[in-house]
Amino acid sequence: MNEIDLSVKIGSLELQNPVMLASGTVGYGNEISEYTDLSKIGGIVTKSISLYPRKGNPPKRITETASGMLNAIGLANVGLDEFVKTKIPFLKNLNSTLICNIAASSIDEYVECVKALNSEETVKAFEINVSCPNVKDGGLIFGNDVNNVRIITEKVRAATNKPIIIKLSPNTASIKDFAQAAKDEGADAVSATNTLVGTAFDIYSKKPKIKNITGGLSGPAIKPVALAKVLEISRNVDIPIIGIGGIMNWKDAAEFMICGASAVQLGTVNFVNPNASEEVIAGLKEYCAETNLSKISNLTATYSI
Amino acid sequence: MIEKNGIVEIVEEIQNGVFLLKVKSVQIAKEAKPGQFCNIKVNSSLTPLLRRPFSICDVENDVVTFQFNHVGEGTKILSRKKKGDILNIIGPLGNGFNFLSDFENAIIVAGGIGAAPFPFLTKAIPSDKKIVSFCGGRSKDDIIKYKLENIITSTDDGSEGFHGNIVQLLESEIEKYDKTKTKIFACGPNPMLRALSEFTIKNGYECEISTESAMACGFGICQGCNVEGVNSDRFLLVCKDGPVFNAEDVRL
Repeated sequence: MNEIDLSVKIGSLELQNPVMLASGTVGYGNEISEYTDLSKIGGIVTKSISLYPRKGNPPKRITETASGMLNAIGLANVGLDEFVKTKIPFLKNLNSTLICNIAASSIDEYVECVKALNSEETVKAFEINVSCPNVKDGGLIFGNDVNNVRIITEKVRAATNKPIIIKLSPNTASIKDFAQAAKDEGADAVSATNTLVGTAFDIYSKKPKIKNITGGLSGPAIKPVALAKVLEISRNVDIPIIGIGGIMNWKDAAEFMICGASAVQLGTVNFVNPNASEEVIAGLKEYCAETNLSKISNLTATYSI
Repeated sequence: MIEKNGIVEIVEEIQNGVFLLKVKSVQIAKEAKPGQFCNIKVNSSLTPLLRRPFSICDVENDVVTFQFNHVGEGTKILSRKKKGDILNIIGPLGNGFNFLSDFENAIIVAGGIGAAPFPFLTKAIPSDKKIVSFCGGRSKDDIIKYKLENIITSTDDGSEGFHGNIVQLLESEIEKYDKTKTKIFACGPNPMLRALSEFTIKNGYECEISTESAMACGFGICQGCNVEGVNSDRFLLVCKDGPVFNAEDVRL
């Protein structure tokens, strides 16, 4: 079989392969670059950037659950200025497609961040985080209201010509309505999904295991939920989907693509296996060869229902 | 720091519920420094999902030793490993102890399983320095003396040594050591480290503490193991900024 084409297009965003690293699971790339060759992956999505630095939540921020983990980091990040000054120069040299994730506590803050980063050539696209479950101001307050998602998408769209991806929450009754709103207002894609709200308690102290009380559940425990959300969007809304949720290996990635994803993001697995992305890419390539697929983009939404 | 498969040499229970795990890993053994840790995947399945962080207890040639007690599922699985089993290990991670600074007396303060990093440190401290090891526990069964020197003990229940906690014992003995020539190295539960830091800061002793935290990655990307820094506008991370801190730099 001839060389397999792993490249994918997400709206106007072109990636050399469909495997990205999810926001909040690889920082700004420097640490994980010691374990994996970032120039080989489809793209890296930065830790959420906000206009000003955020200290994040006090300890304890994480706890393990069955086949998963809860986190409430609280969008700790260096802030826009520091990101431009010290992180972008590093990311520029990685030779990887950089997608900048933006978090905000007001609609204006999203717009201001996007405008400030719009001239940065290294930033190839924006992922708009309207679904962080762990902050009081913003995050899910936006992500749970379809009208807010509509307004944010509209205003961010007006602020940039770069591709925009709206990162959706699974904590909604009907994710397809949110995906439709994003599409209507000109988003290039949606990523589905962010973490699920969850909690865990110590049965003797009767206290929550993380300080924030609730956190975002991630890891293989949420894969079936995320997959169902991707399928729901795929069957109802004509917009590219980036599948996220508990992907541990290439088989999980293939499953997301079959259910409608044009690309995938790896998150929690990076903590356990920092070289997972390279392994997933290699596995997908072999799968394409095995199933006589010359272009991996032809795998998207090939479900047989 | 590297990701490597290590080969289990032996798992032995050195006292009730306290285990030594010896793993052959040439590269980790070569790079490890006292006070650093490794993040170990205890099996290849999805449960437990996350790696488990362990202090490096000792290094002999190509073999790295870890010391742990039964805490939960992860340590239970580790305690059942057999010679020849493969363990995926990331390490060595974090910043270790600064044991080459200018002091004459090294005082080790170990609370329970907090003794884990000190065999390696004891070996590394230049031989012209004097080492005293204060080892505490709830009762005599919790005191771990493995490869420590000049041991003085305390127990909460009085079943061995000084009746009281390890910081009270240290307070009663400290006058024997000139504070300008003494450095304290400590590891143990947070309440112990908190009390010790209070004491050393107040009395002007140089003190490094090795801290622990729940963590996922172990190398700075998950941001899960934060600790409050003193005069710091961001949280510090146990995995990357620590696990060893100067006592005055963190608020536990």
